[in-house]
Amino acid sequence: MSTIKPIPLVLAGLSLLAAILLYAWDGQQTEAVVSRAVVEAGPLLLGALCGLLCERSGVINIGIEGTMLMSAFAGFFIASYSGVIWIGMLGGLAMSAVVGLFLAWTSVTLKQDQIIAGTIINIFALGFTSFYYVQGRTMPGVPRVAIPVLKDLPFVGPMLFDHGILTYSAMFIVVAVHLMLYRTRWGLRTRAIGEHPSAADTVGVNVITLRYRNVILGGLLAGVAGLHLLQSASSFQRGMTNGKGFIALAVMLFGRYRPFGAMGAALLFGLLGGIQAQLQFKQALDIPPQFFGMIPYLLTIIVLAAAGLAARPPAAAGTPYEGA
Amino acid sequence: MSRLLEMKGLTKRFGPVLACDNVDLKLDAGEIVGLLGENGAGKSTLVKMLFGIYEPDAGEIYFDGQLADIEGPGDAIAQGIGMVHQHFQLVPPLTVAENIMLGAEVVPEGGPGSVVGVMNMAAAEERVLELSKRFGLKVDPSAVVEDLPVGVQQRVEILKALNRGARLLILDEPTAVLTPKETDELLKVMRSLADTGVGIIFITHKLREVLAVTDRVTVLRNGKYIGSAETAESTQQSLAEMMVGRSVVLRVEKGTAHPGSSVLEVRDLRVRDDRGSAAVQGMSFDVREGEILGIAGVEGNGQRELVEAITGIRHSESGAILFGGIDMTNATPREVSEWGVAHIPENREKDGLVDNYSVADNMVLNTYFKEPFASRGIRVVDAIRKWASKLIEKFDVRPRTITSPVKSLSGGNKQKVIVARELSAENKLIVASQPTRGVDVGSIEFIHNQLVHQRDKGRAVLLVSAELDEILSLSDRVAVVYEGRVVAELDGATATREEIGLLMAGGSASEAAVS
Repeated sequence: MSTIKPIPLVLAGLSLLAAILLYAWDGQQTEAVVSRAVVEAGPLLLGALCGLLCERSGVINIGIEGTMLMSAFAGFFIASYSGVIWIGMLGGLAMSAVVGLFLAWTSVTLKQDQIIAGTIINIFALGFTSFYYVQGRTMPGVPRVAIPVLKDLPFVGPMLFDHGILTYSAMFIVVAVHLMLYRTRWGLRTRAIGEHPSAADTVGVNVITLRYRNVILGGLLAGVAGLHLLQSASSFQRGMTNGKGFIALAVMLFGRYRPFGAMGAALLFGLLGGIQAQLQFKQALDIPPQFFGMIPYLLTIIVLAAAGLAARPPAAAGTPYEGA
Repeated sequence: MSRLLEMKGLTKRFGPVLACDNVDLKLDAGEIVGLLGENGAGKSTLVKMLFGIYEPDAGEIYFDGQLADIEGPGDAIAQGIGMVHQHFQLVPPLTVAENIMLGAEVVPEGGPGSVVGVMNMAAAEERVLELSKRFGLKVDPSAVVEDLPVGVQQRVEILKALNRGARLLILDEPTAVLTPKETDELLKVMRSLADTGVGIIFITHKLREVLAVTDRVTVLRNGKYIGSAETAESTQQSLAEMMVGRSVVLRVEKGTAHPGSSVLEVRDLRVRDDRGSAAVQGMSFDVREGEILGIAGVEGNGQRELVEAITGIRHSESGAILFGGIDMTNATPREVSEWGVAHIPENREKDGLVDNYSVADNMVLNTYFKEPFASRGIRVVDAIRKWASKLIEKFDVRPRTITSPVKSLSGGNKQKVIVARELSAENKLIVASQPTRGVDVGSIEFIHNQLVHQRDKGRAVLLVSAELDEILSLSDRVAVVYEGRVVAELDGATATREEIGLLMAGGSASEAAVS
């Protein structure tokens, strides 16, 4: 890992600069913006980690959007009917694992086109969740945890240490994925099967099993992302992912298939989301609010067009393994 | 020495094709056996059964005197069988140590780290260094594999097998990608490995290497075991005859050249490769009527880009390509072909043929739009069929069918389709890039004779080849390229293998003259 990683560094720098400028401009407003940025970055980061894990294993997952939606749907209604948020969350995770299993089955076993498999997931999820959606139900909230001492720190305290538990879990998961990917046996094998699966196969690594495992694991991460959306919205809405699963793909690409790169990119997108929301809320500028709402999507297009050229995807991504 | 391996009656069928038919092979510890045969003779199938990639339909494998049941590559490795594949099984962005340890990672026992399998990479690199010292294979454990030259990558492959405790090493065409110097080094390494007691199966079709390093040779043909011979009692001629099943002329019969005026003049040409780096860095040379100019060089020294620039496939940055005095720089492929340049491309499936088209349609890929094959924009199928039938007779394409898709042909016959198409038109220049790669000995002989025949008809031939033997036996003049430049031009009649080999590896002309 001796290569220079300029993009995350630049991102971190830009974010910091933006934060300082904003703070100098208006402290209270900045707090609102950054706090929202952290919350918005969560699902994007988790979704990006899902894509990263799958693609690093050689399976392209564009069904992140649908997986998030399915997880949020199952999470909401199970929590709503059982009255216990934890059961709901477990249900959401189970649902996302099933979606992951479906992707693994079609792309690893049936060797179907992975883009089409992902598209099926997205279309199915939107239709299924909209059709079975029942209005007027509520669910118990996701616990919010303010970390005792840290939350009282000036400036950063309220911005970083007073969130729902899933926001913390995103921060924890990104570190875990990084360490696992670069330090463990599993990580080495995962990186190998995404680049050159027959190399792994000929030294006795079971490519099929490992791809299954990682795609399901990726599904679980997208599931956490969906629950994270639920945490913010506190109820399910039709099409509530609203393209976040696709923005997560841009985040993954912008972060050059690296966990911390994805984190930097997610924070940048989150910051834009935060600024956008504040501008809309304050009506600071006399422009229709939809224009501000466009910002994250515009950035996604730009990133996919520009940064996508620089990022080198894992060599075997998108190719079913046919054996040595 | 003790018997390490005995394969008895191994048979493998793929659908109707009998890839391996009742083949025997024996190997002692510390012995090097050459496994020889043409393409499709069943060499790879045989060793893949040994390595557990294919399951044999019949036959037994005794390893170390015990009946071995090999269930997969992992199982083969566990039993002490290692294989260096023709296409490297290395993960390019990973380091040398990571590649060697993949599948056998160093994970310290105990502690919280062992639960999730945290590796100790420092210990792994230590181990790689120790191995590399013990077997005399120098590598840097922390280097990233994709940055290493091919010869070093191959060393990593061998170390990978040795690290897993391989006592039997299978090398599948290991010299195909090496420079002559790297090849010599590899042969030395093989000998010293054998001296430590490792048994080696060496697959190749290069007779010179077989004679240089093996103790015994086993020959396969059409999936059948033909025989074994002591290397000391064999000659190139005797082995070639066993491979092909008839007597073969190994040296190309060719008279002296009578070169005329220049047909192709390349002047200070600069071309970039796909990644945008300079591949051809100021090449200049001439090819004259009635001569074969051989471009010798290790692959990746700008030959591909040179050929693509001449044939109009790739944009030239600067410099000039003159064809019979006309500036042909950055002409379109259609123009180049219409002006009289034939092209036998390096990658025949990608650039030379349309795999799903019939043999007949492939025969007119460059003329389908012209009389008599088309009339006012409508194809004249009769004319095409007649022409194709004539060509498959003349160029001995087998099977003799013009309607089957070209992808159903063997490599050698595919190549003959291209050669037939390109050489039967009225051309002034023939650009032949790796014309016999992956082609059987019989077809090689045929294609070589065709190229010499074209030369004798007064055409100019530009031959690009990584096979030194091919360059030496065909060329009237040899231009050696290294890092995108022509580093020397030699007379084909007097140039030696050693001299060219040294120049190909970047040695200077004066060094080459001394050696």
